[in-house]
Amino acid sequence: MTHLGYLLAGWGITIGVGVLYATRLIVRGRRLTRRVPAGRHRWMTTQDRP
Amino acid sequence: MTQSSCIDVPSGTGSRATRLLGLVVVGGLVAVVLLGFFVAPQDDQQRDAVRMIFVHVPSALLTYTALIVAAVGSLMWLWKRSVWWDLVANAAVEIGVLFCALTLITGSIWGRPTWNTYWDWGDVRLVTTLILFLIMFGYLAVRAAGGDDSAVATRSAVVALIAAVNIPIVNRSVEWWFDRTLHQKSSLTDGNLENMTLFTLVVGIVVWALAFVWAMIHRFRVGWLERELRSVDLQESLIARRAEVLSGATTDPDPHTQGDDR
Repeated sequence: MTHLGYLLAGWGITIGVGVLYATRLIVRGRRLTRRVPAGRHRWMTTQDRP
Repeated sequence: MTQSSCIDVPSGTGSRATRLLGLVVVGGLVAVVLLGFFVAPQDDQQRDAVRMIFVHVPSALLTYTALIVAAVGSLMWLWKRSVWWDLVANAAVEIGVLFCALTLITGSIWGRPTWNTYWDWGDVRLVTTLILFLIMFGYLAVRAAGGDDSAVATRSAVVALIAAVNIPIVNRSVEWWFDRTLHQKSSLTDGNLENMTLFTLVVGIVVWALAFVWAMIHRFRVGWLERELRSVDLQESLIARRAEVLSGATTDPDPHTQGDDR
């Protein structure tokens, strides 16, 4: 395969940045969820259990 | 009451739907990697460097998408003063900045083997994309500067609309200034792509679009929680202050003797 170094750099950075950002969002969300009272979790609650 | 409902108290910003979406995105990314590296054919001129198209073009398209969402959110904020839309705009710009950075980085890496340079200041698309990135970064700076929530939302909405005006300029720059760019015209519409290359590109765009939706939902919820937390902190401060004042009033009936440290 030609240009493998460029390909690995481009794909690696793209997927790496995506994974890092997703992880950061999840961690941030968990921290905030713990700090905000449950009654204020609008847009986050689901009423899907009978 | 015929049916009782139980509200799930979430441990984070994820929900059943976003977890499912996340799994689809991870599976889709694996498929794009396999298709991009092992199934899509080499290009006659660019050889394997053409495989950068599967990360570069989706990043660029999602930058535009994020900015369009941000522009709609900003307009809705200016029109309706809806906090929901302001949070949508903020989430879209943050994710858009990320995609725009990836567009610039992957484009630069792709440029080295194809144009023999990482960057060319004479290329209008490169420069207009960089300007777009800087405006979007400016949006985040305005938000980070703080101040009254409503004023910050209004200021940043104006910045988002200015950034959105730049989208057609970036997108059409290769047509309007065709003699001042190293870029080719649209890869998707010019019909020069091999069938399997086009198929992989479309799959890549769909997968990255789903990743964008996943990130939007989570970032919106993070924004909502941050706002709620500010409100809770403010209320707690007010209650503490009121308690302080009341306790001061019972120990010393003359408030003027309390000084500035009350």
